Amino acid sequence: MGLVIVLFVFITLFNLLYKQLLLDPGNFFSIVTDSMVLRSIWLTLYASFLATLIAVVLGIPLAYFMARHDFFGKQLLEAFIDIPIIIPHTVAGIALFSLLTRKGTVGSVFENLGIVFQDSLWGIVVAMLFVSYPFFVNAAKEGFASVNPNLERVARTLGASQWRSFYNISLPLASPHIVSGAIMSWARGISEFGAVVVIAYYPMIASTMIFYRFNTGGLQESQPIAVLLILICFLTFALFRYFSRKRRR
Amino acid sequence: MISVTHLNNDWDGIFSLKDISLDIKKGEYFVVLGPSGSGKTLLLELIAGIHIPDSGRIDIGKKDVTTESPEHRNVGFLYQDYNLFPHYNVRKNIEYGLRVRKMSKEFIDSRIKELVDIIGIEHLMDRDVKTLSGGEQQKVGLARALAYRPDVILLDEPFSSLDENTKHALIHEMKDIHSREKATIIHVTHSQEESMLLADRIGIMMEGRIVQVGTPEEIFYKPTSVDVARFVKIENVWEARVVTRDEEAMLLRIGDKELVAPPIKVQKGSEVRVIIRPEDIILGHGQVTSARNTFLGKVVSLEKCGFYYMVRVDCGFPVVAAITRRSVDSLGLEPGKNVEVLFKATALHVIEK
Repeated sequence: MGLVIVLFVFITLFNLLYKQLLLDPGNFFSIVTDSMVLRSIWLTLYASFLATLIAVVLGIPLAYFMARHDFFGKQLLEAFIDIPIIIPHTVAGIALFSLLTRKGTVGSVFENLGIVFQDSLWGIVVAMLFVSYPFFVNAAKEGFASVNPNLERVARTLGASQWRSFYNISLPLASPHIVSGAIMSWARGISEFGAVVVIAYYPMIASTMIFYRFNTGGLQESQPIAVLLILICFLTFALFRYFSRKRRR
Repeated sequence: MISVTHLNNDWDGIFSLKDISLDIKKGEYFVVLGPSGSGKTLLLELIAGIHIPDSGRIDIGKKDVTTESPEHRNVGFLYQDYNLFPHYNVRKNIEYGLRVRKMSKEFIDSRIKELVDIIGIEHLMDRDVKTLSGGEQQKVGLARALAYRPDVILLDEPFSSLDENTKHALIHEMKDIHSREKATIIHVTHSQEESMLLADRIGIMMEGRIVQVGTPEEIFYKPTSVDVARFVKIENVWEARVVTRDEEAMLLRIGDKELVAPPIKVQKGSEVRVIIRPEDIILGHGQVTSARNTFLGKVVSLEKCGFYYMVRVDCGFPVVAAITRRSVDSLGLEPGKNVEVLFKATALHVIEK
């Protein structure tokens, strides 16, 4: 029975790839060599990478703290971190937009610093960050929780400072979780549409581009972009998994 | 060398230490012996600086380290499950303390070579720690803690997760390593055997308090309280009254029986407790011995206890004797039979009630 759901996903994706790559390769190559399309895909990968980078830098200390300490309101904080996963993403987009629009409370402060979110790369990055960081924080937290705290204590008695024992012991031991959390978060960013499209329709990320081409040219024009995006994502994840496994050995 | 003064700590209400004071000498092998849950590990963690005590003071060397963080205390800590760093090989584990201290490569190499010889782990140096047996892990953990010559090594139940044979071999090696490294060691355990074999001195810990400190001889033969006597498995604790007392001996009365014991400073007529190890009691039939205390009793029960039998005899007061199986056979002991119970006056230990 469980196989049904796997088959369902497999057939959906296979159907798409098969139709595009084998039945209509000419159309595929003409659309995917379109520089607008390539730019949108690059922008998606790049913006999601930036969002993941921010999630990693800010999320590691948070995840570490949550894994190592029990405090009043911890469960509430955990639930709060998960909110972006459960709210509809267009809602997240609206919320971010009203905060970060040039006239918004925070948006106007950033505008004075020269950072504009509306229809810009930064708008895309914050929208992606908002929806993807819980995936990173939860994975990293699990990673740190799996490291026996006595290992760090031993490192401290051996003469390592708190920072050094974290850097030498907990961080490398949690790194498989951290890496897979970062991949999850990056993938989540790439797949985002709802939150991004509200705050930054332009520049177009791949999913906005797919949606736009679907509306104007139907499957004929949108399907090749979707296929290219799938192929790039598959390839990147495959490479990432390969290298992160190799390194762990 | 290490002194702990009026230490108090309450840890989440689960374990608590109450007014602990200890002085441990340089080079001493000190064992803290107590039942599980008496707060022994907490005591080590306080000395290591992993927790800060609620009150009291800890000195290592001549330095007050009570609130110092672990990395500034120069201690070595070996937890019960050794906690080797799983992403380092054996060599990197052992070198860690030296590398953190930024020692020169030459120094690290020569120190590691010296240690590896003493502990006998040369063949393990390039191994992945996940492939080591329990005994090997313990040796590597010990080497890691000894590498930078800490002022004190703290061992938390170091033998408890090893099988019997490995344990015995390693206890002997530990003694050798201790003397060759001239290390000061505080070892906590619930095992009387370990403490008897290893300790220069033992501190008995019960419910967060140190209740007696002494040499193994003093702890196991001359407990100062009934609780310690029971903990070191002395069941023979008899309530008695002093009948006469002089420089040489005391005459004590238990019920309608009288026995001779070494004198302690008490008044005639006072209540005392008499303690004797079951191994010091002899059972026989009309033997001629120098034992001044001889009673006739009836065997109540026989209980197998490792290589020994614990024989309970009623002599008007209850006596437990530990004797070999061979003796049980040759005396033909069985419940209901009469037997003579003998013990030397000098084997008795008398405490005030």
